[in-house]
Amino acid sequence: MDNRQIEELRQFASDAAAKAASGKELYAAKTGVQAKLKAVMSGMRDLPKEERPAFGKTVNALKEEIEALFEAREKELNRKELEARYAAEQVDVTLPGRKHAEGSLHPVTLVKNQLIDIFAGMGFEVFEGPETETEYYNFTALNTPADHPSRDMQDTFYLGGDLLLRTQTSAGQIRVMQNKKPPIKVLSPGRVFRPDDDATHSPMFHQMEGLVVDKGITLCDLKGMLSAFAAKMFTSDTKVRLRPSYFPFTEPSVEVDLSCFVCGGKGCRLCKGTGWIEVLGSGMVNRRVPENCGVDPDEYTGFAFGMGLERIAMLKYGVNNIKNFYDNDVRFLTQFKD
Amino acid sequence: MKVPFSWLKDYVDIDCSAQALQDKLFSCGFEVEELLYLGKDVTGVYVGEITDIQKHPDADKLQVCRVYFGEEIGTVQICTAADNVFVGAKVPAALNGATVLHDGQVMKIKNGKLRGVASNGMMCSGEELGINDDFYPGAEIYGILILDKDTPVGEDVRKVVGLDDYVFDIAVTANRPDCQCVLGIAREVAAVLRKPLKMPSFTYTMSEAKGEERNMKVRVEDTALCPRYIGHAVTDIKIGKSPAWMRRRLALCGIRSISNIVDITNFVLLEMGQPMHSFDMDTLSGREIVVRRAADGEKITTLDGKEFTLNHENLVICDGSKPVALAGIMGGLNSEITENTGRVFFESAKFARDNVRRTSRALGQSSDSSARYERGVDAYTTEFGMARALHLVEELGCGTVTNVHIDCNHAETKGKEMTASIAKINSLLGIEVPVRTVTDILKSLHFEVTLDKDGDTMSVIVPPYREDVDGWPDLAEEVIRMYGYDNIAPTFLEKASVTAGGLNEEQKRMNRFKDVLRLQGFSESMNYSFFSPKSFDLFGLPADAPERKAVKIVNPLGEDLSVLRTFLAPSMLDNVVRNLRRGNENGKLFEVANVYIPRELPLKEQPAEKKTLCLGAWGDCDFFDVKGAIEAVGDAFGVKFAFRRAQKPFLHPGVTAEILLGEKIVGYLGELDLRLAAELAVERKVYLAEFDYETASRKFTDATKYQGLPRFPAVRRDLALLADENVPCGDIVATVVHACRAVKDVQLFDVYRGGQVPAGKKSMAFTLTFEPEASAEKALSPEAVDGFVRKILGNLKHNLGVEIRM
Repeated sequence: MDNRQIEELRQFASDAAAKAASGKELYAAKTGVQAKLKAVMSGMRDLPKEERPAFGKTVNALKEEIEALFEAREKELNRKELEARYAAEQVDVTLPGRKHAEGSLHPVTLVKNQLIDIFAGMGFEVFEGPETETEYYNFTALNTPADHPSRDMQDTFYLGGDLLLRTQTSAGQIRVMQNKKPPIKVLSPGRVFRPDDDATHSPMFHQMEGLVVDKGITLCDLKGMLSAFAAKMFTSDTKVRLRPSYFPFTEPSVEVDLSCFVCGGKGCRLCKGTGWIEVLGSGMVNRRVPENCGVDPDEYTGFAFGMGLERIAMLKYGVNNIKNFYDNDVRFLTQFKD
Repeated sequence: MKVPFSWLKDYVDIDCSAQALQDKLFSCGFEVEELLYLGKDVTGVYVGEITDIQKHPDADKLQVCRVYFGEEIGTVQICTAADNVFVGAKVPAALNGATVLHDGQVMKIKNGKLRGVASNGMMCSGEELGINDDFYPGAEIYGILILDKDTPVGEDVRKVVGLDDYVFDIAVTANRPDCQCVLGIAREVAAVLRKPLKMPSFTYTMSEAKGEERNMKVRVEDTALCPRYIGHAVTDIKIGKSPAWMRRRLALCGIRSISNIVDITNFVLLEMGQPMHSFDMDTLSGREIVVRRAADGEKITTLDGKEFTLNHENLVICDGSKPVALAGIMGGLNSEITENTGRVFFESAKFARDNVRRTSRALGQSSDSSARYERGVDAYTTEFGMARALHLVEELGCGTVTNVHIDCNHAETKGKEMTASIAKINSLLGIEVPVRTVTDILKSLHFEVTLDKDGDTMSVIVPPYREDVDGWPDLAEEVIRMYGYDNIAPTFLEKASVTAGGLNEEQKRMNRFKDVLRLQGFSESMNYSFFSPKSFDLFGLPADAPERKAVKIVNPLGEDLSVLRTFLAPSMLDNVVRNLRRGNENGKLFEVANVYIPRELPLKEQPAEKKTLCLGAWGDCDFFDVKGAIEAVGDAFGVKFAFRRAQKPFLHPGVTAEILLGEKIVGYLGELDLRLAAELAVERKVYLAEFDYETASRKFTDATKYQGLPRFPAVRRDLALLADENVPCGDIVATVVHACRAVKDVQLFDVYRGGQVPAGKKSMAFTLTFEPEASAEKALSPEAVDGFVRKILGNLKHNLGVEIRM
């Protein structure tokens, strides 16, 4: 074997590797080259003994060289193949994504859940009373006198006898106090019904009632708790203002205004220039109410508050017509996320 | 409640502005809904004296006047077409830049020329100032308003004619009927300003009755509806005009002057809050007043000429034979005061507020009186109202007050007595209001307060007109509303026990339930709890369908909202149709709400309220999207619903299933019936489902039940089956699952008809997943799986005639 032969084989291997266009071809080419190399090596036996080491060294070097050659070629082929796939598999990333469309929860449910979250953190449980009630639970036990206008047919839906559709979630107060001894911290959300149907009234809407009964509860606590609520529900600097009002089941009764969270109290369209927004009714639980439920009003005091969920939703989301909540237009419903 | 600022000043020395008073009233519980300045539209109008009048050179009907306004303004030349002006007359004149009213609109006055002669202003009529005779006598004459000759020149005319005044429109809460009058508000103003209250005069002298009035009798038959009735006879009546001060007061509150006697009753109503009535005594037959319930069918014509047919729910004031007034609402035409009235019988009474309210609403007749009675008039004021009216009769000199005074009183007129601890009041408020401040505030509101030696216990006598005050917490409210709610410092339940809050399991489950549906692409809707009974027919329900057994509202807002829902599908279909009409072509909605199932009708107890789910889907979806949502609910709550072909009158007979949980039918789903769709002009496919949440959720499990993973892998086999067209997929799956416990899952992946599949048959391809038990010691061998498959195929053939497709 001479240098020419070596050179030929090297050239052959180099050509074969370069010609191979795929892994498979490269493997075939390599097998061919290896066969030739093997043939060359088998010729070593015919060489004189003293030439064999030098020959062996040369062939081994060639073998290593060929292997490196094929290895390099294989890497190159792999790279090309990958590039080809990359090119072939490229997508138009601006095509629309494919998603599973989620639905949405009703804004009244969202607001209800937010309120529950806030008050649950302050230790409130949730109680949902029946939507059909008796006059006793809806009025009498709540200290509403028999000749009070709210008991009229014009203001309450009656179902026959002393049964009615509850006009306020306050009816739940009685059921809670009858069944649970203080300390009581309960929220009662739910549907309520009143025979009003015009631009700003819906014959059905939602209220959330809150009730706290325990030893030593004061009007200051009422203000403190509602301040904490307002800060979480609206903005952290929302201020609370109490002013006198009247509800049969609280004494003293207060209307609770919050500083306008749009203008911060400077006066805007939402607050009609007053800087304050009327948000809820509240007061210290009237002694007659726990008395009616077998709770000693000399031992326990408490406060109650109630708010309209639609009203809160309207304030929070800027919805200006209460009727939207019951239209169930999907374009409306699917806008609410939080 | 309208209260003129000037009138309030009669009773309290108010030293603040109307705006400042508005804030004070707000702080103590009286929201001023509107503060109206009466003179806002009339500006730049001054009193002038006409010093010279010349004929206009070029116009017959015009006169050129020289008008003197005092040193500051001087003399101004003004032309006028009015012919009632004269030299020396004092007139209101609008100068350059002034505003007056013209046909109810604000008009600006500018210097100008009339037929070539300069006219630097306009002399005004009463109408142009927006006033009538009640504000200023002569304001209604045609021509220029001629002012009193003593009126000082240069004065702003608003001060002269009563327009320099404010009217507070005050919202009075339902517990304060005593504040439905000027005096009532004045009491609050005095207290909040810490000023004394100057009471009006109630004194009068009685003369011995000489005529038939001595025989007047009053009989109250229903003392519950009329707890107090006071009558008083006044003779020698001289009907005439009321004095200007009284007419202006009435005018400020929007009441027209009629005659002195009628004006007195209206004045007392406004001032004291006591509705009064005056009968022409000589029209009362039998010289008698009887207060009783009307006979059914009895008639009365009220002062405004309207006739009403009454029933026994209506209280009437009668003479010896007939009704002469609708109690508390309006007097009768037959006994009204006329210019010939010589004797008057005044009425001051307390009527039950709910009866007046109901009668007023039932008859559609109301008045300033009924508005006050509806909220409540106390028996104490009844007496003082009468006294005030009699005083005014004397003051106006329009009659002789006799000694015929009849008082039928069945009401308590003394103030309540109570004791209260100041410490307790403070403990409710949570702040320390000083003892002296507490007693001062209560005294300023006319509570009689005696402080005990202990320096804490108060003996209190409540003013008799404060029927709302019946316990010490009411005193706490009086104290804090006058002390100021701004003094309440927020605290956070300093003394209360800590409680663990949050939702219970059931409430959490409902939230999760809604979330599952939301994640299936459904949006939550909400509908009224009542619907139209027409829905039953529209939905084709048979006469004995349980849904028809529904609770009716006694006083619904209309037929469409008259029945409590027994199923939710009609509201949902309403929503779908509305969405489609608005061009919302696709959508998925859900509602979770109560249906109301009466135990018996008519109702004897509350109906059962059952939480129910309703789904509605339309547009780009099909039956299986809705079914998938229900299955997703099953997956989320660890239950497996089964579905069985069923029929519903409002659903497509071929695309309807009932939903089963175990053996129980818990709901249905299906496509809207084609006829109903056509009737509603719905062109897209609509799917409805309804589901008894109450029943199904009892089987729900929220708890995670962990199962160890099998040590050996599952084995999958695909089977192509040949089944008759009418064999449901569900039956095949059930048979497979039933045949072999090792089957963990059966998935249909292809249905094929035609080709080599014979007519009337379908080819269905399933992937079966076999899993060794978790405790198994070795993997499933191919032979074991072959055995399972043989058994499955055997059962399929035997039960359903289904064979393997070769």
